[in-house]
Amino acid sequence: MSKDALRYRREKALERRSRVWSALEPVAYLLPFMVSIIVFTVYPFFNVVFMSFREGFDLLTNTDNGIGLGNYAFVLSNRDFINALTNTGIYVAVVVPVSAALAIVLANLLNRKVRGMAIFQTAYFLPMVTSAMAVGLAWRYIFLRDFGVLNQVLGWFGVDKINWLQRYPWSLYALIIFGIWSNLPFTIILILSGLQNIDETYYTAARVDGARSTRIFFRITVPLLAPTIGLVLTINTISASKVFSELFALFNGPGIGGSLFTVVYYIYEQFAKQKHAWAAAAAMILFVLIFIATMVQQYIQRKWTY
Amino acid sequence: MLVEMRSLTKHFGITQAVNDFTVTLPDGELVSLLGPSGCGKSTVLNMLAGILKPTSGQVLFDGEDVTGLPPERRGIGLVFQNYALYPHMTVLNNISFPLEIQKVPRAERMARAKAMADMVHVGNLLNRRPRELSGGQQQRVAIARALVKNPQLLLLDEPLSNLDARLRLEMREEIRRIQQKTQVTTVFVTHDQEEAMSISDHIALMKDGYLQQYDTPQELYNDPDNQFVADFLGSPPINHLTGTLLGSVFTLTDNSASFPLPLPAEGVPEGKELILAIRAESAEAAGQGEAHFTAQVKQVYTMGKEELAYLMVGTQEMRAYIDLDQGITPGITLPIRLKPRGVFLFDQVTGVRYQ
Repeated sequence: MSKDALRYRREKALERRSRVWSALEPVAYLLPFMVSIIVFTVYPFFNVVFMSFREGFDLLTNTDNGIGLGNYAFVLSNRDFINALTNTGIYVAVVVPVSAALAIVLANLLNRKVRGMAIFQTAYFLPMVTSAMAVGLAWRYIFLRDFGVLNQVLGWFGVDKINWLQRYPWSLYALIIFGIWSNLPFTIILILSGLQNIDETYYTAARVDGARSTRIFFRITVPLLAPTIGLVLTINTISASKVFSELFALFNGPGIGGSLFTVVYYIYEQFAKQKHAWAAAAAMILFVLIFIATMVQQYIQRKWTY
Repeated sequence: MLVEMRSLTKHFGITQAVNDFTVTLPDGELVSLLGPSGCGKSTVLNMLAGILKPTSGQVLFDGEDVTGLPPERRGIGLVFQNYALYPHMTVLNNISFPLEIQKVPRAERMARAKAMADMVHVGNLLNRRPRELSGGQQQRVAIARALVKNPQLLLLDEPLSNLDARLRLEMREEIRRIQQKTQVTTVFVTHDQEEAMSISDHIALMKDGYLQQYDTPQELYNDPDNQFVADFLGSPPINHLTGTLLGSVFTLTDNSASFPLPLPAEGVPEGKELILAIRAESAEAAGQGEAHFTAQVKQVYTMGKEELAYLMVGTQEMRAYIDLDQGITPGITLPIRLKPRGVFLFDQVTGVRYQ
């Protein structure tokens, strides 16, 4: 074979290899991410769906007594779960709107160009960069019955000492207060970014026409913020429905006598008690509820947004 | 409303945006604030609106000093460059919002907003939202919103700059029509000299924060106070022949041509560096014995109804509308006669006009 023919064949081979490589290259880059998604998210998700229907399921032997709705029937009639649903429902219903409303007001204050604003901004975003456990401990001291700051302050207004941490409805309120507080920074960031997207000339136009700040706020700022508010409500509903670690931080568990079960804590506990199928059924119920809530919100938001 | 601005001055830090600006806007007129970007015209508008507080000087509405009044107490309507229509409100609500603020009863509010919408020809779009409107329609809505509260003064901040060329022509006629119908004193900010020339009763031409000339469009064009005014107005731009005057003979800078100056020049110092400015329509092919100078025809262009010739006078170039029926072709030498109108003599350094 001549030298030229050899070189020709070698180049052909290289070209072929590079063509194969150019097809595979993106796959290779995506692979680590895809593998981790499949192993840790996609597979467990479908496994949980399946598991929730396996009655009498044993994780160690991977056996069951057949497929059915028995796990759901148990969970839905379980007192702790109903309790958990109620608590979670109240928590979501209060924390989500209240933190959104507070965030809108605070973000408006933070959006001004005032000297010393950086200090306020830092103060508001502090909860985001501190560990939930450390913060939880601090809040425990705030909520203490006899020496807590909160009761001290309430005492000035003649309020009797409240046992925030060890009396049922009060412990839920404590959880809600803590939840609102820890939700605020992220919510404020989202709202602030929404505020900064509103063109300054809308405000100038309204002011030239004589509008005062309350009217500007309700007739211009809030409607123009609607898409952001919708996003905030959706994200916060999802995250608040999963309230869990806050329980450890404040109460080391589901409160006195299990009175403060939340859905995710219930799932966690069933899992810890090796009742995996019950945990799976509870998880599915939570998933469906969050899904419905999100859909409803999306629907309302579409009607609301300009 | 008669609007007076007396020695208006605005400094931003060390930047002097507007200096000693004194102009009186006659009642019911449309006056343009014209000038290149950064000349201070928008600053003047914002001081009229009360959005900016002047560093010194006064604004008077019908003789009353309003310098210290905030925008909402001046009774003005303002149209923004980007219209600033509220995107979440319908056309009707956008127009009626200023009345809502004034707590006008709902029925009256709606009636007035609808009447205003009809006046600017958007009466069929009342339930649309701004993003469902074309640029020209948004502009009309913005004007309606500014006019609905019957302002004494309408301020338009570069209202046509966001529109395409065809729509700009249409809207500028619309603005003129609406202004003449309502008879509201109107201030129109623009950097487009053609726009200002076609729409205004008076033009205040500004440069670097200083008023250059305040006059009717015709006066500004035919009798400019200085070289900047002559340069800024007109398309194609006015021609410049640079040179010096010896006796009554104008000699081009590099001595490539000289000819007797075609206009009186008393008091012009000999040897002073000068600009002979000639509008393109002020030069024509000369008949026997009428020529002021000769020029070489370099190139001819047909621009629709007009024909523009590029001429060389010595080594300097000028453009002129010349009747090409006379068989004028590139390369020939042409005797040129200057008309009495549109020929000016300026100081090359200071821009001062000699006449």
